[in-house]
Amino acid sequence: MQKIEFVPRRTFLAHLVSSSAFVLGARAGAFDFNGATTAEMVSEADKAAWNPNVYLGIEPDGKVILIMHRSEMGTGSRSVLPVVMAEELDADWKRVSLEQAIGDPKYGSQNTDGSCSIRDFYDTFREAGATARLMLERAAAQKWGVPAAECKAQNHFVVHAKTKKKLGFGELAALAKQQPVPKKEELTFKSSAEYRYVGKELPTLDRDNLTNGKGIFGIDATMPGMVHASIERSPIFGGKLKSFDDKDAKTVKGVLQTVTIPDLTGPTMFQPLGGVAVIANSTWAAAKGREKLKVEWSESPNAAYDSAKFKQSLLETVRKPQKVVRNVGDVDAEFAKASKTHEAEYYTPHLAHAPMEPVAAVAEFKDGKVVCHANTQNPQAVQDTVAQALGIDKKNVECHVTLLGGGFGRKSKPDYVAEAALLSKAVGKPVKVTWSREDDIRFDYYHTVAAMYMKAAIGANGKPTAWLQRVAYPSIGTTFNPASTHAEAFEMMMGWNDVPFDIPNHRAENGPAKNHVRIGWLRSVANIYQAFAVSSFVDELANLAKRDSVEYLLDVLGASRKIPFGKDYINHGKSLDQYPVDTGRMRNVIQLAAEKSGWAKKKATKGRALGIAAHRSFLTYVAVAVEVEVDNAGRVRIPQMDIAVDAGTIINPDRVKSQFEGAGVFGTSIALMSGITAKNGEIEQSNFHDYQVARMNEAPYVVNVHVIKSDAPPAGVGEPGVPPVAPAICNAIAAATGKRIRELPIRRQLA
Amino acid sequence: MLEAELNELEKDTPMIQLTINGKKQQFDGDPEMPLLWYLRDELQYTGTKFGCGMGLCGACTVHVNGKAVRSCQTPMSKAANQNITTIEGLSATANHPVQQAWRDNNVPQCGYCQSGQIMQAASLLKEKPKPTDADIDAAMKGNICRCGTYQRIRAAIKQAANTKGGK
Repeated sequence: MQKIEFVPRRTFLAHLVSSSAFVLGARAGAFDFNGATTAEMVSEADKAAWNPNVYLGIEPDGKVILIMHRSEMGTGSRSVLPVVMAEELDADWKRVSLEQAIGDPKYGSQNTDGSCSIRDFYDTFREAGATARLMLERAAAQKWGVPAAECKAQNHFVVHAKTKKKLGFGELAALAKQQPVPKKEELTFKSSAEYRYVGKELPTLDRDNLTNGKGIFGIDATMPGMVHASIERSPIFGGKLKSFDDKDAKTVKGVLQTVTIPDLTGPTMFQPLGGVAVIANSTWAAAKGREKLKVEWSESPNAAYDSAKFKQSLLETVRKPQKVVRNVGDVDAEFAKASKTHEAEYYTPHLAHAPMEPVAAVAEFKDGKVVCHANTQNPQAVQDTVAQALGIDKKNVECHVTLLGGGFGRKSKPDYVAEAALLSKAVGKPVKVTWSREDDIRFDYYHTVAAMYMKAAIGANGKPTAWLQRVAYPSIGTTFNPASTHAEAFEMMMGWNDVPFDIPNHRAENGPAKNHVRIGWLRSVANIYQAFAVSSFVDELANLAKRDSVEYLLDVLGASRKIPFGKDYINHGKSLDQYPVDTGRMRNVIQLAAEKSGWAKKKATKGRALGIAAHRSFLTYVAVAVEVEVDNAGRVRIPQMDIAVDAGTIINPDRVKSQFEGAGVFGTSIALMSGITAKNGEIEQSNFHDYQVARMNEAPYVVNVHVIKSDAPPAGVGEPGVPPVAPAICNAIAAATGKRIRELPIRRQLA
Repeated sequence: MLEAELNELEKDTPMIQLTINGKKQQFDGDPEMPLLWYLRDELQYTGTKFGCGMGLCGACTVHVNGKAVRSCQTPMSKAANQNITTIEGLSATANHPVQQAWRDNNVPQCGYCQSGQIMQAASLLKEKPKPTDADIDAAMKGNICRCGTYQRIRAAIKQAANTKGGK
């Protein structure tokens, strides 16, 4: 197996490669999934598209150094993306080393979310590799006095075919540096048949360190002389500090002092919630001291937040006409004349991200500057947030990215890094902030709660002639703009205004809702509840028509075609020409998942059946066929799940598979057991006993992933596996038991 | 301070002695402090992870006298005179059959829980060299993996069982 070396300590490019090295800056127009929607959600970094964002260095000794600007949280992005560049460069993978970038707008967006690392940087990295290769070839040609067309890069050398002369990349670096940078039109790219690394299952960069305990995560990061902090926060969102007594806390051995973090004012953004921090010489002493704090909080406007009541208010909202976000034909006219209609309401709860590693950061404020190490998905947001919190320029915030023990969207929001920086400024030493699991569950940026109302007019053969879908939920927009009432365009594109069904009358609506907790994005975001309602409801209609669920779904999807959604459909910032909504590809994955699951052969028996759901998200087509068993006590077991995926071009098939295996488990948690609720404004869950996630015995016994080979542009893989899982499970349960699940999680609903 | 007072203090917090990865260590701090934080904060054995602090997730799993134990639920007073092994000490070359199987199956995604999973699996195989699926479920269900690598964990345990059996 080939290996790549990781260079953990070097940080700035200036220090990275020697002065004689050949360094190439590439460019990218990276699109952040927030970018196209609201101006306030666009950071300076995102606006700075077309800044140089990727660096490739070749040392005189031939070592190729690639800067990896994306965060690693388990998706493999920092291992997989550089392969694209090494491939086009025709480098020897064994002589490539990778360097994790610090936060810097020059790299373009570093926000590792939205399943976009490959999608947004694939072309950039290919071009960067091909550009460097051409410059090396031209350097060799100049040296040998032969036409450049006769010189070809081969495995870390440039070779002159006629004379068999060859020179190493390192030997050519100095001369390559002097070549004019070629225009894009001059570049040539390998055909997929020529690939040596792309499409192969290279081991990830971090594999060894993740099996020997040596991987350094945010929670493991240290700085000399650091102290530890544990922070008490208002149990109700919006509560402000009234008074506190730290006398007892200070008696705990190891406790050094307490520090107040100012209350959150203005938009939530990524600023700290505020609170009282206990500073101590160990994690344990800080936590023990915190237990002895006596803190009083002022009344919060969110003190009446009650999940049971809120559910009713959301359901009332979706029972009434709301803002139309997509309209085809005349749904009302069709309902008026239909002989048969069907309605259903669906509801899904808040979710917590609960990455296995809670958020953690260590920061030092010194001489007006902050240096920090954090498990962040977005080091530039760290720069912005810390700079704002401390009133300094973001250029004075140096953010080092550690490994992330899971992220799922939580670690895009760097409130915890600002906490560490503020505390360091107060105590004059580096401060490490480690959130407890209770902090993590009780103070998250929650996946939002949602209610959906669906109605269809049933025509010949049980097929819908009109379809109405209405949804209401507190939007992620509330985190950036407290006045936000409706969903953002990027939320609507996630399976709501882009349902690709062949129905002549089709209307999608969105109603208002207010937030009472911090709302954030969680792996696959709005697709979770929107796909749950759409994929469940279409299966209800199949059941009503007494038709096979797969055959019915394909019928409603209609013939293979590309759907011309209008300008309001933002398609993750990609054109519909490049990334169409293609029902043919959707049909393909449905048929493949069904076939692999044994759909045609396995007939449902009492308590055991298959279910199907399909969804396009993050520009990827996914179908899930799942077999469930429901016992007499109403417990659900999942012996097998088959996921068919069309994500376009694939770089590392094994890592793609692993993302969908994981999505099968993540989606199972959402379907079966996870849920966050509030009472009297406080979150009722606090740890893994009451915020449950799937364990080995509850997860699908096997998730088979079937990846379609495709030369289409790369789409996304981190998130799109999640949305169809819960509806597929519920559809299977309906087939096995006759009971339709309309509210998640399932928990004891089948008992 | 008077000598009598010093003696009294020593009686209150007697020095705790224990062996960690074959090395003798002494600890004179809060005997209630979980072993987890001693390993991480004081000895920088950071391969052992914090996940929940309540024995619910298994990320902090170490071996005490060869058996899997949650270090977040093990106060230093209980660790006294025990033989502790962390992920860093499981194999001098990181080539324990379980680690090898983990690499062969590309088990880790984010990898955060994997130290605990590996320690739990190694303990299982010591007790049951040929575990059934039910044995694996029973032994491993206390170890949460939020990335969802369970089926690869199961495959790796079975592979390690076969290599170990062939030894």
